[in-house]
Amino acid sequence: MEELVSQKRSETELFRTENLVVYFKVRGGSKLFVHAVDGVDFTAKPRRSTGIVGESGSGKTTLAKALLGVVKPTSGKVLFEGRDINALKGDALRDFRRRVQMVYQDPFDAIDPLYSVYDAVAEGLRILRLYSSKEELDERVARALEAVKLTPWSEYAYRRITALSGGQRQRVAVARTLAMDPEVFILDEPVSMLDASVKGEIIKLMDNLKPNGKSFIMISHDIATVRFFTDELAVMYLGKIVESGPSGEVVSEPLHPYTQALIAAVPVPDPSVSVRSLAKGEIPSAVAPPSGCRFHPRCPLAQEICSAREPELREVRPGRFVACHFAS
Amino acid sequence: MSSSRVLEVRGLTVEFETARGPLRAVNNVSFWLGDGESLGLVGESGSGKTTLATSILRLLAPNARVVSGEVIVDGMDVLRMSEAELNSKLRWRVISYVPQASQNALDPLYKVGDQFVETVRAHTNMGVAEILERAGELLEQVNVERSKLNSYPWQLSGGQKQRIMIALALILKPKIIILDEPTTALDTIVQAQIIELFRKLKEYERLSTIFISHDVSVIANVSNKVGVMYAGRLMELGTSSEIFHRPLHPYTLGLLRSVPDMRKNTPNEFIPGTPPDLVNPPSGCPFNPRCPLAQDICRREMPKFEDYGGEHYAACWMVPATVAYSSGR
Repeated sequence: MEELVSQKRSETELFRTENLVVYFKVRGGSKLFVHAVDGVDFTAKPRRSTGIVGESGSGKTTLAKALLGVVKPTSGKVLFEGRDINALKGDALRDFRRRVQMVYQDPFDAIDPLYSVYDAVAEGLRILRLYSSKEELDERVARALEAVKLTPWSEYAYRRITALSGGQRQRVAVARTLAMDPEVFILDEPVSMLDASVKGEIIKLMDNLKPNGKSFIMISHDIATVRFFTDELAVMYLGKIVESGPSGEVVSEPLHPYTQALIAAVPVPDPSVSVRSLAKGEIPSAVAPPSGCRFHPRCPLAQEICSAREPELREVRPGRFVACHFAS
Repeated sequence: MSSSRVLEVRGLTVEFETARGPLRAVNNVSFWLGDGESLGLVGESGSGKTTLATSILRLLAPNARVVSGEVIVDGMDVLRMSEAELNSKLRWRVISYVPQASQNALDPLYKVGDQFVETVRAHTNMGVAEILERAGELLEQVNVERSKLNSYPWQLSGGQKQRIMIALALILKPKIIILDEPTTALDTIVQAQIIELFRKLKEYERLSTIFISHDVSVIANVSNKVGVMYAGRLMELGTSSEIFHRPLHPYTLGLLRSVPDMRKNTPNEFIPGTPPDLVNPPSGCPFNPRCPLAQDICRREMPKFEDYGGEHYAACWMVPATVAYSSGR
């Protein structure tokens, strides 16, 4: 019976974390830990796109790395199609590594200046030996470069990465993931380094992949881009998911005071609309997070209960989950 | 915009000496700042915003030089002043500059209070007690506890450091303050706090301000007048509502349409291509290779920066076509 339930789940859930905890030891050998991810139940559905929104220190990038398996849980589980990714071995692990790929923000930040576009795109294919001949490798690199509009591909393939513009480098970052033909793309701030006039091109490029049955998980502090790109989103604050639901609804009617403060603070390109700062202070250290609700020291609505008891993430309206004692 | 002019820049051109040849970072830029105005300068990386700001205070890098033009600040001919005069009469006393990533400009080995003392001593001979008293008052105004005068920069958060940099810029009661990307490294909520602080201080201190940002949406929040820069040129200048609601330049239009707007569920557009290489710029208008409306004349000749009514300026041959294009979709 239990097996049946989990099988059923794996059809409707791509990723699922169960009470995921990731702590990092503070450098210097002390007994202090950074509570990067602190009890997160996150789900992402197949062939959909899911956003993880948060400011710096929210734990969003650690959560993404845990989904990818490059960061190991301190406790809790990461399930991919119902299977614990940290228990995968041999072919199953290799398969997972091919099917799930991350697009990093400017992955060529510290690159060997002699590295060519071809090398960058072929790297993953070479590591996992996903080709049988030089012709096949050429072909896959060519297709990936053409998909990101670096055409004709032969003109770009032998250029050095360092000779490209920021927009072109980010396109190479997408191409090297595309070359692996993954089913799931994890996008870590994919456009945050780019100038406004070229951002849209990268987003559009990834948006065009959606009809091919691909799944996306987008991590960003930029709620406007996440709102457009994703179907559902989760808002993180200090290692916790504080709110999740359909992206449009969360943005147009946020229910958690943190999400409300975040939305009110996002500027829009219209001089008649002003930003408002509803929350005081700044995000506290994740080494010693506040008791109870982690947002309570900054929350305009905080009551006594908020410092005493931690609110659970509960469904307050159909499809809308909020971790606040007062949300309804 | 008929107020008196506290700052005027005329035909300013600045070049950098590079290994590949001279790079024209600011090209024939003219504008003025009226008393009490808040000008937002927006442009993408490499558009010349920071070079423009630093040439106004003569804080240019050693490999940069002003090729031509004039900068008049509060009646002073800045480009003709000696370094000693700049320090005793202009910088910090009349006009202050908060540089980009200035949170990191605080010296990690000095306490906050010492940084105030050092800055003031470079420009006046005010006594230490008086400086610290004034610094304490300013910290309270920017919502930082006075006790932080005894803190080292590494003991402070990013937002606190940015507030302290703003307080430092205000210590000698300047008329004008130039803030260069003051919120770029900050979280969204802290950015909103700094924007609110900026508005409050502007009122309270009766400042004229130039706020530089790559983010059009931030500029919408802090400016009553906006200048749009591209490839070293000022492409468009006008009141905030004109620029946002009735742009005359195709670059401004493209930039506005490429900004994600949380209120909408539509994808943001983009401008194909990338900004030009300023060592080998294209002939004519530097935007012509990316412009959807470019004609032959755009590739031949740089258009003049002209007033299209209501002190709304643009440098474009195709202004009527842009207006039609803008409303046509």
